[in-house]
Amino acid sequence: MSRVGVLRFPGTNCDLDVFRAIEDLGHEACWIWYANPFEEREYDSYVIPGGFSFGDYLRAGAMAAQSPAMDSLKKAVKKGAPVIGICNGFQILCEAGLLPGALVRNEKLRFIDRWVELVDQNKEIYSLPIAHGEGRFYIEEDGLKELRDKDQIWLTYKDNPNGSISDIAGIKVNSVSALMPHPERAMKDWMGGTDGRRFFECL
Amino acid sequence: MKVGVKIMPRNEVLDTQGRTVGAALKRQGYEVEDCKVGKFVILDLKGEDSSKVMEQASEIAKSILCNPLIESFETVELS
Repeated sequence: MSRVGVLRFPGTNCDLDVFRAIEDLGHEACWIWYANPFEEREYDSYVIPGGFSFGDYLRAGAMAAQSPAMDSLKKAVKKGAPVIGICNGFQILCEAGLLPGALVRNEKLRFIDRWVELVDQNKEIYSLPIAHGEGRFYIEEDGLKELRDKDQIWLTYKDNPNGSISDIAGIKVNSVSALMPHPERAMKDWMGGTDGRRFFECL
Repeated sequence: MKVGVKIMPRNEVLDTQGRTVGAALKRQGYEVEDCKVGKFVILDLKGEDSSKVMEQASEIAKSILCNPLIESFETVELS
């Protein structure tokens, strides 16, 4: 059993779903409030849930990336702690410089909320829900080449919904992984599927 | 001293907001060649030495207001 820190910011709204998903997998979930720095030794791993931290002011994730809890998280990452960022969590990790690239407004501007099919590095297929307005992954050519060369493109969309470069839905750089889809919303059959369970394995 | 920071999407990044606003204007009959949507931030910073204040505004823009991967910025002295 791991002790998993779940980061919360004003405007995070997938926090309870993530908390329950972690507990359901037999781990101990603990809240981390954005304004409080923390000691790395207190937790084994971390999840940044989705939502609209700080109302997406300035850019999605930009304000949250500057918070005391994120400063502590950067120290934990240096020591190799596993981190998963989901949706707004992905945006926050990019804004904090813990992952390369940025997430910008969807190509067709619409907020998209539906189930999509995804393919991972081993060509396995998953079905997960997405719910985002700013999920179009963008990175420059050099950065994209590096992601490819290092096999850091974790997940791609089978049918690109938002215009992401190279159909990217999730990336994994060392111990930090992030994805736009919501695995915490695919934990039980009654939710519509259970593929989400496997995304928390690294905790 | 008041400093304005103009933040615009970089040309390499598709500006979906600008494209949509431009299309709406065209529908209304305006001959719009291109339209870009950005942000304008007004900072009131302490200090008398304008070059130092401008330098500080650039520093703020670089570290927080602007994400250089997707945006570019310009600072302007307002007062």
